[in-house]
Amino acid sequence: MKIINVGASVTASNDRDAALLREELRAKGQLMVNLMSAPGSGKTTLLSRLIKDMPEVKIAVMEADIESAVDAERIEALGAQAVQVHTDGMCHMDAGMTRASLEALEDDGAKLIFLENVGNLICPAEYDTGAGLDMMILSVPEGDDKPLKYPLMFEKSNALVITKTDALPYFRFDVELCAARARKLNPAIRVFPVSAKTGDGMAELEDWLRGKLAAWQAGAAKEA
Amino acid sequence: MHEMGIVLHMAKTLDETAEQNQLTKIGRVTLQVGEVSGIMTDLFTDAWDYFKKKHPMLTECELVLETIPAVTWCDNCKKTYETVKYGKTCPHCGSGETWLLQGNECIIKEIEAE
Repeated sequence: MKIINVGASVTASNDRDAALLREELRAKGQLMVNLMSAPGSGKTTLLSRLIKDMPEVKIAVMEADIESAVDAERIEALGAQAVQVHTDGMCHMDAGMTRASLEALEDDGAKLIFLENVGNLICPAEYDTGAGLDMMILSVPEGDDKPLKYPLMFEKSNALVITKTDALPYFRFDVELCAARARKLNPAIRVFPVSAKTGDGMAELEDWLRGKLAAWQAGAAKEA
Repeated sequence: MHEMGIVLHMAKTLDETAEQNQLTKIGRVTLQVGEVSGIMTDLFTDAWDYFKKKHPMLTECELVLETIPAVTWCDNCKKTYETVKYGKTCPHCGSGETWLLQGNECIIKEIEAE
């Protein structure tokens, strides 16, 4: 028996795969956005709105779920390409699974690719998928205390989208307090309160995404 | 489920290490786990015991877990404190401008193999 010093993080091979995938996507001018949230936060509704509002940007969607294809069917009904990814019980997407999902997409010239991660505020934050942007969604009914309970996801995300703001009159959700809690964990996080139903706040989010895509294609760093 | 995912990632790194060093059997692996890594060590050990039986190189591999204590740094008063006891708020000065220095790791420290 001999002793070998490994000294590698358990996720080291995933981090390598993710970095490689990110560079391949950048070379093709494609920005992948890793969308993370709890189940029922309105990910698919938000994406449907973005597809309708941004016809000049070709969008594709990868829907990761443990089961079913209902989300992908909703996206395809809008004319955007969608693939359904079944994770077979796994609670998150890693870089290898993301690469396999990208290979399942037909190359139709899509420049903005959304990865709808598994509905879960914990594990998806721990695995780099190879995305150029990490974006999380928190819906008004979930409560403004979530940054206190699931800090890692807020720390890792470039943007926090607070959805279902049309429901604010019916819930005790303080948008400013929630944004302040998120910024305490991550001073650089952008916060977008939106209602995909009424369209309120969507223009700011869409402009930000357009700017990020342009910066990505111009070769800017992940933090650009 | 999360622990099983970590075991799978760990096995991948072990396979790569075995290939680089031309190993055929791993007898012991030492894993350093941070106090606030979110890994439940009991569940992790169960997942490992289940998995290793199906992986020829690891069937007799013993898992040794070492804990890395969680330590937070306060940007305001420039002191450190125990994360698990005090969380995000500095016990010395009450500031929230604090950052985790160590404690969320999951590192394969060393293996014993032939």
